[in-house]
Amino acid sequence: MLNKHAVVEKNSFLMLILIVVVISIGGIIEVLPLFRMETTIEPVKGVRPYTPLELAGQNVYIREGCYNCHSQQIRPLRDEVERYGHYSLAAESMYDHPFQWGSKRTGPDLARVGGKYSDLWHVQHMEKPQNVVPESIMPAYAHLARKGAALNEIADDMKALRMAGVPYTDEMIENAYRDALAQAQLDSDGLDGLIERYGDKVIARNFDGQEVTTELDALIAYLQVLGTMAELKDYEPEGGRK
Amino acid sequence: MDKPDYNDEIVKKFTIATIFWGVAGFAAGVFIALQMAFPELNIGEYLTFGRLRPLHTSAVIFAFGGNALFATSYFVVQRTCRTRLWGDGVANFTFWGYQAFIVMAAVGYLTGVTQGKEYAEPEWYADLWLTFVWVAYLIVFLMTMKNRREPHIYVANWFYLAFIVTVAVLHLGNNISIPVSLTSTKSYSVWAGVQSALIQWWYGHNAVGFFLTAGFLGIMYYFVPKRAGRPVYSYRLSILHFWSLIFIYIWAGPHHLHYTALPDWAQTLGMTFSIMLWMPSWGGMINGMMTLSGAWHKLRQDPVLRFMIISLAFYGMSTFEGPLMSIKTVNALSHYTDWTIGHVHSGALGWVAFISFGALYHLVPGLWKKEGLYSMKLVNTHLWVATIGIVLYIAAMWVSGIMQGLMWRSYDDMGFLTYSFVETVYAMHPFYLIRALGGLMFLSGALIMVYNIYKTICGDAVPSTQDVKEPVHA
Repeated sequence: MLNKHAVVEKNSFLMLILIVVVISIGGIIEVLPLFRMETTIEPVKGVRPYTPLELAGQNVYIREGCYNCHSQQIRPLRDEVERYGHYSLAAESMYDHPFQWGSKRTGPDLARVGGKYSDLWHVQHMEKPQNVVPESIMPAYAHLARKGAALNEIADDMKALRMAGVPYTDEMIENAYRDALAQAQLDSDGLDGLIERYGDKVIARNFDGQEVTTELDALIAYLQVLGTMAELKDYEPEGGRK
Repeated sequence: MDKPDYNDEIVKKFTIATIFWGVAGFAAGVFIALQMAFPELNIGEYLTFGRLRPLHTSAVIFAFGGNALFATSYFVVQRTCRTRLWGDGVANFTFWGYQAFIVMAAVGYLTGVTQGKEYAEPEWYADLWLTFVWVAYLIVFLMTMKNRREPHIYVANWFYLAFIVTVAVLHLGNNISIPVSLTSTKSYSVWAGVQSALIQWWYGHNAVGFFLTAGFLGIMYYFVPKRAGRPVYSYRLSILHFWSLIFIYIWAGPHHLHYTALPDWAQTLGMTFSIMLWMPSWGGMINGMMTLSGAWHKLRQDPVLRFMIISLAFYGMSTFEGPLMSIKTVNALSHYTDWTIGHVHSGALGWVAFISFGALYHLVPGLWKKEGLYSMKLVNTHLWVATIGIVLYIAAMWVSGIMQGLMWRSYDDMGFLTYSFVETVYAMHPFYLIRALGGLMFLSGALIMVYNIYKTICGDAVPSTQDVKEPVHA
């Protein structure tokens, strides 16, 4: 067979085609079946698209490159489940474009950081991480508290995400800006609308304690919702093992 | 045979760019390594670890590695096809276009414009631009091959071709995204969650497999035989390991996602192919090393050849370590730790950079028509300073990675986790210092190379030749 290789060696176009065929096989067999959602993503109650404020927070998270040091994927290993909580389910990142699972834990996993620390802790931590964790090697993100959150165009972001498959309704997109501001205050007038659109578990309060809605508000809103959406009490792994 | 009028101007440009971006990328690496030891070095908004780390990885992989691949592939394809590079203008466009891509990406990282996908951080507009440049690259390379005056396509070109084509496929597949608007730098990947994770690591692992492996094997297959003055060890082995390498590599991506929400069958498939990958990888290493059969004595005299052989040794080591780490049980410990970082660097510094240094030292005198390098002694100094640097780097990362992995899963007598997370961070400090020292040595070595190459090109110390001897190729 190796003798026949001369044919390929004498025809650059044939070689090009053969390379494309050979490298396509593995990718097709591994990737395509994942798009049969029913076998890839087990249904879990409670997972919803991010609110406009949380989405703005995720954009800050991506912009600052948080994923370089923090994972969002708890593996079903004894120590991880004890340290971070229930292992991550596929459904929990189904609205993340792209996924934020990360690959390195220079800092701890954040998949279930929501509700673990108070807003004030996050404010101080972002101002200077060593304030609350003296041995921390995390950079300070003090500038977030001084910058208004980018909410004017968040509706455009939601439109792009809708094209990518996130089920944002027309109503959600129309009210994006109002909803974002409503979520950054305690008991605002817009709260009912926000709850109507995103459910009554949405956390709405002044996250960073400042008058203006800053990037820090958005980021903390995002961090506080991480891992809290799925109703894990009702979750039954396939085969009934718990 | 008459010698065609080769386009060496383009090779020269890419050579200079390789050296420039190499130093920039290594320096960025040293800086972020120091940030992990001394967090006060995270200065302001733009120079935090989160923004600089993609700058470092892109600078070394795409700017240093990419320019090295452009330079050598344009050099090699002309020599082995005995024809001038096709399309002077298009080739020039690939140079300026590629540098523009690098600058676009780098400015993006510093200002927070990123897709948030490792090794695929550039946003949609930079990706689109790169697509044009890459298609031009493929056309230049293919047309040159088509114009060849040799009946056979030389093995180095198989690898270069596989690298160019596959990187194009990966780039397109992983970067399909929807821009928020035409004036916005932000876009959203059409892939989400599990699917985006697998597509990203299908891309990410094959960026290693095709950009950092197949491309650099192309370098190896030309420059090692050339430098050793011996033919490639086994032609049959080249065929076998070429096709099996490119076939198997594509499957290995899921080993980055062990124990995650990715379906189990995909993880197992990824692991199986990763272990199989050991064989074609070592096929390449053996073919390269054994090319020295009958010429081993040259290692004693030629530090440039030494660079190449040490790089093959590192290639062999990291392609053994990789399959090992892809085994789920091992990965349970190694994943998320510095062990991965160490593994990547034994490949990137030991294999990719060393084979590139070897090729650069071989190329420069010929391109600039000099008798030889300014100083072989300095090449040797570079070699040893850099090698010790790599050993310090990877040893520190082995220890810190395995130690942190063990600390995370350590339980006390009462059945509680022994260490809080931050205690494991604190324990890393000494190893981060050693790593930074290793990186600093590697950077110093590169600066020695810059001096040596500068003196070769610009100094009067090296006599020039009018015509470079070009022996019949191996």
